[in-house]
Amino acid sequence: MKPIWERRNNIDALLSVENLVVAYGAVEALKGVSLEIPVGDVVAVLGANGAGKTTLLKTISGLMPIKSGSVRLMGDDIGKYQPFKLAGLGMSHIPEGRKVFATLTVEENLNIGAWGVRKQLNPRQIQETKEWIFTLFPILKTRRRQLAGTLSGGEQQMLAIGRGLICKPKILLLDEPSLGLAPILVQEIFKVIKQIHEEEKVSILLVEQNARKALSIADYGYILETGKIVINGPAVELKENEHVKAAYLGGARLKPQ
Amino acid sequence: MQLLLEQLTNGLTIGSFYALVAMGYSMVYGVMKLINFAHGDFFTLGSYIGYAILVFGSGWVTRTFGIWGGVVVALIGAMIGLGVGGLIVERVAYSPVYKAGRLPLVVSALGASIFISNGIMAIWSPRFQAYPQTSIPTGSLLLFGDVHITYIKLVTIIVSWALMGLIYYVVEKTLFGSAVRATALDRETATLMGINFQTIILFVFSVGPALGALAGVFAGLNYSRIIFTMGWGYGLKAFTATIMGGIGNIPGAMIGGILLGLLEALFEGFVSGQWKNVFVFLILIIILIVRPTGLIGEKVAEKV
Repeated sequence: MKPIWERRNNIDALLSVENLVVAYGAVEALKGVSLEIPVGDVVAVLGANGAGKTTLLKTISGLMPIKSGSVRLMGDDIGKYQPFKLAGLGMSHIPEGRKVFATLTVEENLNIGAWGVRKQLNPRQIQETKEWIFTLFPILKTRRRQLAGTLSGGEQQMLAIGRGLICKPKILLLDEPSLGLAPILVQEIFKVIKQIHEEEKVSILLVEQNARKALSIADYGYILETGKIVINGPAVELKENEHVKAAYLGGARLKPQ
Repeated sequence: MQLLLEQLTNGLTIGSFYALVAMGYSMVYGVMKLINFAHGDFFTLGSYIGYAILVFGSGWVTRTFGIWGGVVVALIGAMIGLGVGGLIVERVAYSPVYKAGRLPLVVSALGASIFISNGIMAIWSPRFQAYPQTSIPTGSLLLFGDVHITYIKLVTIIVSWALMGLIYYVVEKTLFGSAVRATALDRETATLMGINFQTIILFVFSVGPALGALAGVFAGLNYSRIIFTMGWGYGLKAFTATIMGGIGNIPGAMIGGILLGLLEALFEGFVSGQWKNVFVFLILIIILIVRPTGLIGEKVAEKV
């Protein structure tokens, strides 16, 4: 397979990551990762625990320093921005483990999600977006005055997604939305992610361990193993790939040699 | 009955000082997880700045603006001075060691405390200083019967609680306050929301010390005598109040402060002045045994 930068036209990419190297001290967590998210696509990054998925997202959103390589958002190198400025650039990161603000109410959590764009959007636009989020997750409206810490795991994930959407992002970075949720809730969350993508044309970079679920909504996928992209391709192809099947989909077993 | 009411007004006054200083402890702790040992000295420094303003040109401020005008100038001057001073201490003593972890930060805070109190001693001498009698408003309001409350006490209580109410409103009810509380809970996720940590630092390290300065000037106006070491005693009591109420939250500091002041004054009035500290810390121990998170500790546990 051709390297990504030869195969695709970089100008179309909403987000492009090139040769990204990130290290925790002497240990390299990402060893030259390149990927891109074209406008309007859902791109999945799959991998096991410790493969570097969360590090990848944290680096894209500025929480981890870049050792070498670059991250470009609409052609703009974001390495030069302070991390808190990225929220105002149309990118929204929904972190692993939900990370809702437990002692703030549901509504305060949603409002704070719009902090980065408070000078770009007027209160009426934010209110409209909030109403739209309430139609995606009606339970959040019912519980709007409740403290976020009192919500169930599934509701917290819904709140985390809502909080990430209220700034009207062009691209959503989603870290393990299915983590620790019952299968029926995973179903519901993925249904909404698909809906967000289709209705609002939000591009999505989805990081998941649940490969089957992720590939079911993704256009394109990357497999990350110990800090390197080992396979990439359209989601339909990845589903048929023997290595992916064996290691991530748990279906067919590799025949003994 | 008269003694009871007098001790209640005394308790409310001293409780206001504790609550004001406790708020500063709590705000800084909430965001930085740092027990700012220099905070008691912010209180002292505020008191000395107020003193310096009132004795400047042998009472020029009081002669020009009147006795209450002088009080207002002293309060505002000390608050501005410490608002800026708090930020300088943060830049010089805390900011360079953030990355080194919490213990170096605590040592640095102790260092800042010693530096400030000794600086005060070097400038104003180690002896007691007295707020000039001509600058302290006199007179009192007759509550009923024989019970009076001096105007300065009344103003102390009203102004302190009005300001604390304002801070409470800002922190608990506004979007900016949500940003402060979000940062206190989870700095990394707050950054993802676009919250600039430096803005929050600026807020807690200017407003906290300014509230301490307000308490310092009021202490000078109420008791007249001030000394460079007084920050230790008030600081320790206010810290106790913070723990009693539940560290890291604003209403906790307010309630802890007022409760401590009242308990102390009532015990002093009816039992023994010498044993009041023993009593106060005994209450602290009991509260911590019954409610380890303080009276208004964190309300919910985070589900994972």
